[in-house]
Amino acid sequence: MTRFHHVFSVLCRLCALLPGAVLLFLVGFLLQQSRGRLDLQLLFGDTPPLDALIHFAPVWDGIWPACFGTFCVVALAGIVAVPLGILCGIHLSEFARGRFRTMLSFCVDLLAGMPSILMGLFGFALILFLRHTLLPDAGTCLLLSGFCMGLLVLPYMVNATYSSLSGLPHDIRLLGPSLGLNRMQTIRHILLPSAGRGILSGLVLSLGRAAEDTAVIMLTGAVANAGMPRSLLDKYEALPFYIYTTAAEYQTPEELKAGFGAALVLLILTTGLFLAAHLLHNAMERRWRQG
Amino acid sequence: MSAGFHVSKDVLARIVIAASAWVSAAVVLFLFLFLAWFCRPLLDMTTLARLLSWDWRPFQGSFGILSMLTGSLLLAFSSMLLAFPVGVGICCFIHGIGPPSLARFVLRAVKLMTSVPTVVYGFVAVFVLVPLLRDVFHRGSGFSLLAAILGLAILVLPTVVLMLHSRFLTVEPQVRLTAAALGMTSSQKLLHLVIPASKRGFLAAAVLGLGRALGDTMIPLMLAGNAPQVPGSVFDSVRAMTAHIALVVATDSHSLAYLSLFACGLLLFLTTTLVNIGLRMLTRNREVGS
Repeated sequence: MTRFHHVFSVLCRLCALLPGAVLLFLVGFLLQQSRGRLDLQLLFGDTPPLDALIHFAPVWDGIWPACFGTFCVVALAGIVAVPLGILCGIHLSEFARGRFRTMLSFCVDLLAGMPSILMGLFGFALILFLRHTLLPDAGTCLLLSGFCMGLLVLPYMVNATYSSLSGLPHDIRLLGPSLGLNRMQTIRHILLPSAGRGILSGLVLSLGRAAEDTAVIMLTGAVANAGMPRSLLDKYEALPFYIYTTAAEYQTPEELKAGFGAALVLLILTTGLFLAAHLLHNAMERRWRQG
Repeated sequence: MSAGFHVSKDVLARIVIAASAWVSAAVVLFLFLFLAWFCRPLLDMTTLARLLSWDWRPFQGSFGILSMLTGSLLLAFSSMLLAFPVGVGICCFIHGIGPPSLARFVLRAVKLMTSVPTVVYGFVAVFVLVPLLRDVFHRGSGFSLLAAILGLAILVLPTVVLMLHSRFLTVEPQVRLTAAALGMTSSQKLLHLVIPASKRGFLAAAVLGLGRALGDTMIPLMLAGNAPQVPGSVFDSVRAMTAHIALVVATDSHSLAYLSLFACGLLLFLTTTLVNIGLRMLTRNREVGS
């Protein structure tokens, strides 16, 4: 028996080395491979940075257009998912009861479990559908990507809002009625501000998810060399898609280095957002544990 | 006057809130309806038979998706076979085998792993794992079932660990007194009390991880080589359903090719739904039991 314990604990220790090793290797390898390329030239190529930022001057061999495309997709996804998700979370936590509640939460959970490629396929099908019916020359575009990405992160917003609201201590819920506020006023002036950090944490996490997902944008309008998108109905470049195409189709060592640089930029972006969400979440929990 | 105005505004807010909730719930329904609508031709038996075959050679007019289905299942199950024991090991380390300070560090690392973009895992694996497999085994290009299994195992590892971790967290307080009364060490408590008491947690972690592995696109697409065939060994190339969808959208335009893509989509939708129902049953029974 003691022998079994011993072997088991040694195996567990070995397994526990893995997460740290994976992370260290990932960061170390990306840093090493993109060394000498991590500067403004990676972003803007030979275009002066200020021209690219302010005058939208074309950038040829930098990843700035891809960063900008990702930013647009994330912003559009936020516009779709944030209001809808917060309102749905409020309904789930404050109003929905009984069988409707079960059904609603099942649908949201189901959506959260859907593979992201299905959201991309949904967008693609939407375009096929529109072509056959209302808009014969509809094509995949930035707007479509943002919309589908919004639907992908919607359940994260709903769940964050729901769990922040329903995790509030009971005495806070009594505060509103005791001040003579009605239900809607209580939600708006007491519950939502109290749950604010939790909801914000969910928002930041959703944005991180929208920034990293590749399958959705691959089917809904991201292309390799589009430059800056001129309108919402234009094709665009995106950081994750740039990384994917570089892995498959790079021609020169310089392009490969830029790919590693882009991977590092994306990694920093998503882990940064993740850590921010984590801090907000912890702040929220601490506040209500003391209170 | 002003009171009346307030009431109507509240009613409006209630309506808006309820409407958003139903819109959010309807998204999944719409997704299903779209997939089903585009899969209509499958109701025809000859078309269905053409799609449910093993051959994918679009230029010769065969559009079978069975090898993609096999590929997906193989990838998902084998990567879980690898990730699950490792995940259990990590979780046991966090809950009593390892010293608390290290345990906290490992848990943080696992959580941080969830924030790494899939495409970054894929990118690094293409330039590290694939050449490594090629050089070690001297079999083919390295883009193989094995590469994708290893990549997917890393990807689903945090899912398994965090699900188990949350179950252990609820079980541990229930057995804490018993263990203390029996004078058990923390590793004895873990092995003899916590693990046997969280069977459902193990099952839930396995189901969740399987769903995650089945639904991932980028790792199979970037690492598995994407040849539409049933692999004879782990060094052969395979194509997953998710990767198939991504590839067909990018290249083909034949209507049967599109049909195969929506058929894969529908299959993925149904498996995800099954996984979710399974998870729901696992967690609901737990609530009844406790």
